[in-house]
Amino acid sequence: MTRLGLLALLSHWRRNWLQALTVIAGLALATALWSGVQAINAEAKASYAAASATLGDGQFDMLMPRDGDGIAISDYIALRRAGWQVSPVLEAPWQGMTLVGVDPLTSPSVALLMGDGTSQGLADVLNQAILFANRDTARALASVDEVIIRDSIAPGLVLADIAAVQYRLGRKDLSRLVVLPDQPLSRPSLEDIAPNLQLQASTQRADVGTLTDSFHLNLTAFGLLSFAVGLFIVHAAIGLAFEQRRAMVRTLRALGMPLRALVVLMMGEMLLLAVVSGALGVALGYLIAASLLPDVAATLRGLYGADVSNQLQMRAEWWASGLGMAVLGTAVASGLYLWQTAQMPLLNAAQSQAWGQSARRLRLRQGAVGIGLLIVALALAVWGTGLVAAFAVLAGLLLGGALVLPAATDAVLRWLSDRAKTASGQWFWADTRGQLPGLSLALMALLLALSANIGVATMVSSFRLTFVAFLDQRLAPELYLRVDTIEKSAALLTWTEARGIETLPLWARETVLAGQPSELFGIRVAPTYRQNWTLLSGDGSAWDAVAAGQGTIVNEQLARRAGLSLGEQLSVGPATSVPIVGIVGDYGNPLGQAVIAEILYADIHPDDVALQFGLRSNDVVELRKSLREDLGLSESAMINQDALKAFSLSVFERTFVVTAALNVLTLTVACFALLMSLLTLSDQRLPQLAPAWALGFTRKRLAALELVRAVALALVVSVLAVPVGLGLAWVLLSVVNAEAFGWRLPMFFFPGIYLRLVLLALVAAAIAAAWPAWRLRRLPPIQLLRVFANAR
Amino acid sequence: MLAKSYLTPLALCLSAPFAGAQGFMGLAGDAEGFAVPTPNPTFSFPQDHGAHPDHRIEWWYLTANLEAADGTPYGLQWTLFRTAFAPEEAEEWASPQVWFAHAAVTTPETHFATERFARGGIGQAGVIADPFEAWIDEWSLAGPSFDSLRVAAQGSDFGFEMALEAEGPLIFHGEQGYSEKSLEGQASYYYSQPFFRISGTLQLPEGPEHVTGHAWLDREWSSQLLSDRQGGWDWFALTFESGQKLMGFQLRQAGDDPFTAATWIEPDGSTEVYPTGAFEVAPLELSELAGRKVPTSWRVELPDRGVDVRVDAINPGSWMDLAIPYWEGPIRIGGSHSGTGYLEMTGYE
Repeated sequence: MTRLGLLALLSHWRRNWLQALTVIAGLALATALWSGVQAINAEAKASYAAASATLGDGQFDMLMPRDGDGIAISDYIALRRAGWQVSPVLEAPWQGMTLVGVDPLTSPSVALLMGDGTSQGLADVLNQAILFANRDTARALASVDEVIIRDSIAPGLVLADIAAVQYRLGRKDLSRLVVLPDQPLSRPSLEDIAPNLQLQASTQRADVGTLTDSFHLNLTAFGLLSFAVGLFIVHAAIGLAFEQRRAMVRTLRALGMPLRALVVLMMGEMLLLAVVSGALGVALGYLIAASLLPDVAATLRGLYGADVSNQLQMRAEWWASGLGMAVLGTAVASGLYLWQTAQMPLLNAAQSQAWGQSARRLRLRQGAVGIGLLIVALALAVWGTGLVAAFAVLAGLLLGGALVLPAATDAVLRWLSDRAKTASGQWFWADTRGQLPGLSLALMALLLALSANIGVATMVSSFRLTFVAFLDQRLAPELYLRVDTIEKSAALLTWTEARGIETLPLWARETVLAGQPSELFGIRVAPTYRQNWTLLSGDGSAWDAVAAGQGTIVNEQLARRAGLSLGEQLSVGPATSVPIVGIVGDYGNPLGQAVIAEILYADIHPDDVALQFGLRSNDVVELRKSLREDLGLSESAMINQDALKAFSLSVFERTFVVTAALNVLTLTVACFALLMSLLTLSDQRLPQLAPAWALGFTRKRLAALELVRAVALALVVSVLAVPVGLGLAWVLLSVVNAEAFGWRLPMFFFPGIYLRLVLLALVAAAIAAAWPAWRLRRLPPIQLLRVFANAR
Repeated sequence: MLAKSYLTPLALCLSAPFAGAQGFMGLAGDAEGFAVPTPNPTFSFPQDHGAHPDHRIEWWYLTANLEAADGTPYGLQWTLFRTAFAPEEAEEWASPQVWFAHAAVTTPETHFATERFARGGIGQAGVIADPFEAWIDEWSLAGPSFDSLRVAAQGSDFGFEMALEAEGPLIFHGEQGYSEKSLEGQASYYYSQPFFRISGTLQLPEGPEHVTGHAWLDREWSSQLLSDRQGGWDWFALTFESGQKLMGFQLRQAGDDPFTAATWIEPDGSTEVYPTGAFEVAPLELSELAGRKVPTSWRVELPDRGVDVRVDAINPGSWMDLAIPYWEGPIRIGGSHSGTGYLEMTGYE
């Protein structure tokens, strides 16, 4: 009985293979997008965890130099001999990676290096010819050194014994000291032993994981959105299947199959569908994630300086998450129908209930809930704070918009129907209204996809405008060049001075300011700075103070992270503090930055030489030529402003490739949903079409009307999608983005982009309707005639 | 405990010459390139109190039996180990010399133990012969001479600071300090200062405790201490109420009787050394510690001197749960002689 029951249930799918395809494809697509995003997140998190384990970021307290430079070994020894349990770290950029030296005898990272922990392990670690890195990093390393593979080492990091690193970097000092968790009973205070160091609590130091949390929340929200869109498809298809099988259910029960057994069978059937499509989806998600990961990694590196592996690894967590979502989604999509089946009186079961007979009531109820959600979203937008509230606003906005859609569309159609002049026009609109219940889920999906597109396009384009304006201001000098020796530096300055060329030399070094990894710049204050650097706070006197060596201008990142504001003192060197006189926007830089006058810089670092220069010139080609001929500078040492801008922009574009890709995917899913709904409906609509055909509408005209209808519906959806999308953009820009990237950005409007997106949606709707229309056009008249012949 | 978990693999390496299949702490490794102890040594003091970087392994090993005013017995250990990856010294971090140290305090109820690690070459740890100073981090054993020292160490839950005064001469084990460890020729240089009076303060969770007692400092260095067949040792340092002392050890050998050695020490510092077989020990009671069975009561015999005693651990749980785990703690002696002493047991898997 069970077997026969199952066969009967499954036979439905065999006869309606398109429906089966819809369910599987819809669920697989939804799962794919969700698990793809999860896979990317899991990979990034694993990279952060590895980084944290490798470097102890966010895990241990650190001792940092108070004034930037390295820590002397004597300070380390003094601390150890006073009882401080600290472990030295020396790290610096090297061959495009970060080279990290640790003392294996005191470092918590030692387990990472030792591998299997045999005695060869420590001998290898202490062997100065051997470096340690994960597989990818090792492959990318240009070094000729022997590299031992340790997969748990974070990407982009090369670890080695501190002696090996000192030797390769030609340094004797240390970058920082890790404060180990076990400290002895008593030890003197840090001030007594090493007053030049400061303690940075692990919680104080925003580790990369926290920094990027909001970015990943963003991605997750996108994944969830895609999943919701996919779920609409599944819900529609499963609903239809249950509806069509009412008669079968009655027959099976009449044949003696217990209700409980039937429901269990149906649940098993759904579970099977969920698992099959879930597995398919996870596999598909892997492909999506694998192709997007390099771009995500580029984004994270660009925005946060966080290194994430480019290689995707199969991780149990997102397999489980993907399959779980598929099963959960199916349960949500089919739960109501299963419940209805269980409640159905035996004899009532066969009454063929027209698909969405109670559609009107449902529509009104949905509309009411939708409006409620929109109101809540509005209230949260006005009074809520923080990232969670922002996401609640997003959810309320999107869901509310989607729920309001059927009622709103119906109202629009009724209005159009009332105004139709001809009978055929009235029929067309009335027929469209009649189809609305069957299409509304697909239309909701389209609305979600389209508004997400509009919202994200607004955000990205606003960001882009701001960023381009920023680049224009910041990259004012027409030519940038870099020299490598003191002699060339001096020669260049003399050369430009003799010719009266405005020259902006730059003294630079990476350091730690207010406990944040930062860059310290020494500059020669020139008109270019005054004219082109737009201060976020601070006034015209700021540059005078900087020029006099009595102030510093810091970037927004440093001010935000260290909680600094105008007027506060910033320690820029040993025993050298100056007040902050200005804060400047610095988009796309993961590091903090402080700008001081060259005289002050020379006091602090007398041995440093300016090696980078910006030159103002009206004829860059000529200037390059003279520099080459007079000073023997190589072409590769110079870069034009426009090339630099193009490079910066290309980095920026990569940043948003992922977002764009996800957008296209959601729109594709929505289009697919529409296609499936139309296909499903086209079979059921013969009884409605046959009379129109009999009254003289040719099949060609009917098919054309099908296309028009789809486009018209898409147009109505688009009109609603624009405000929802703009609301979305506002939340993204003013709340989510500020949290995710650390910069608040103004919102701009892009009617051209919206128009293009709406057109895209219309084309998508037309494409979705094309096949059903074509089928209608090719429909043998006999089938239309049969409608009248069949006693229905 | 976090500290221990990440140091565990390190320990496996450092212990390679003292432990396991190759003998405890890898002491049975080859001597490749390192200096090897030779018979009839002549020591030169105070230089030989300092480090011998041309030998693979070396230690400064202090144990003490202590008593509080109320009669409560305590034990104390302070040990600095040196092990080398190459028989040389190099500048700063490039040094192949590795130092590590153990400190412990044993009460009748609790055993506190902790450890430190350091690279040679940078000044974090080391030994200077004159004036004597042995140190690692803030731990130190130092004084104007080897006879007058102060010792201090601390962990996260205990610490001590004590003063030591020697009341007798140095004692040389084996043949004038050349101590054989097997019949195959493994040996070490080994001398002791067993005549220390010690007093000072223990820092315990319940508060400071003033204690006095006697202490025993061992000095030993070698490059190849154990033979391939030897898996561990049981070492006894006994101080009898008569003022006489006995140092005896057995090296447990696979498929053979243990190799034993003993030194009888009179209160005036005169000694008699006994070859393998003269000193006999037999376990009486086993304690289960860290998943292994360790004998914490022994019968100890030196028939030539009429010694037939039973020694019992004051705290059978004196397990050094460190990167290199072993048993080390104070003992009480009863039988033909009575007194107190220290017991060390290694290589129990």
